[in-house]
Amino acid sequence: MAEDPRQPVEEEQVSEQAPTSPPVLTALLLENFSDSVVSHHTNFGDETVVIKREGLLDLFRFLKDDPRCRFDLMIDLTAADYLPREPRFEVVVHLKSIVLHHRLRVKIPLATDEAELDTISGLWVAADWYERECWDMYGIVFKGHPNLRRLLLYDEFEGHPLRKDYDYYLQQPLVPMRKIRERHDYEHKVITPEGPKPLPS
Amino acid sequence: MGMKQNAATSFITTKLDAVINWSRKFSLFQFPFVTACCGMEYMAVYGAHYDGARFGAEIPRFSPRQADLLFVVGTVNHKLAPVLKRVYEQMAEPKWVVAFGACAASGGFYQNYAVVQGIDRIIPVDIYIAGCPPRPEAVLDGLVELQRLIQDEGPKGITGINPRQTKDELLLSRS
Ligand code: SF4
Repeated sequence: MAEDPRQPVEEEQVSEQAPTSPPVLTALLLENFSDSVVSHHTNFGDETVVIKREGLLDLFRFLKDDPRCRFDLMIDLTAADYLPREPRFEVVVHLKSIVLHHRLRVKIPLATDEAELDTISGLWVAADWYERECWDMYGIVFKGHPNLRRLLLYDEFEGHPLRKDYDYYLQQPLVPMRKIRERHDYEHKVITPEGPKPLPS
Repeated sequence: MGMKQNAATSFITTKLDAVINWSRKFSLFQFPFVTACCGMEYMAVYGAHYDGARFGAEIPRFSPRQADLLFVVGTVNHKLAPVLKRVYEQMAEPKWVVAFGACAASGGFYQNYAVVQGIDRIIPVDIYIAGCPPRPEAVLDGLVELQRLIQDEGPKGITGINPRQTKDELLLSRS
């Protein structure tokens, strides 16, 4: 007979103890690239390593080619801007191995005035457009990229809109904007956290 | 038809303008400038259920040269703005513009680096249809309103205002 679903089921005892040794991939990286790895953690079984940008190509090549890693798929490459913090930017790369069924997240912190790192588009072709988008939105330079142009925005655009210090009401029109009589003071002001202020001309 | 028919029922008198405008308002060939989610509602309007064809705005023309009603459906960003302006300029006179949905009318909930805050910042607009997205009924309402506008005001010049109308007449006819 099936159990009555209304009966309270005894919960399984979840071990609260942290694993004593780092998980497999992290351990592998710690062993081979102890200089590069800054820190690491896991969350729900997914491993994250934070690495230095120096020598990152060797590390990524290892991740791609080593028979214990075999990351043949680059899922995502993006960045985050933690403005007051220094190092300010963090480039985040998500990797997956289709053959071995595991994932890894690699983060590379970058300081404000050194927002550049080596391209990984030579290893995973998919990284090409992700890196262009990343340059477009955050102004992070990928050294050695074959074609580092804006991907989504137009060439005339100045600045990088997803940086936290970009004035988020600032628009850069390509065609002259008409004056709208009914649309009151939109023409002359932008609304900022400190209240309305004149548009920078 | 016999020659002896009553004169009162055999002809009507009207202004030439009125006749031409009447024929214009029932042969609107639209150019659908569809950029975003509102496009689904646009398709619904011209599907069998709501049937925009009932109002004479039946056949979408995918060449601005052949269209006289520009439907701007969805978000227009600054990268796209030159294209929209060019499409508008390529349309032959007389022409009308409908801003379909909150994004086309005002930028909608996008107020950021990318989105034009209403297409009337680029080209003159005749009818604004509110909603995100507008229901097909709202679109049909806008269409009927546009027909009324065409009947009453006729074609406009490049300025977006009928050159034959003074400003006061224009305001009066719209109020
Ligand atoms: S008004 Fe709403 S539904 Fe229409 S394009 Fe904008 S976001 Fe999409």
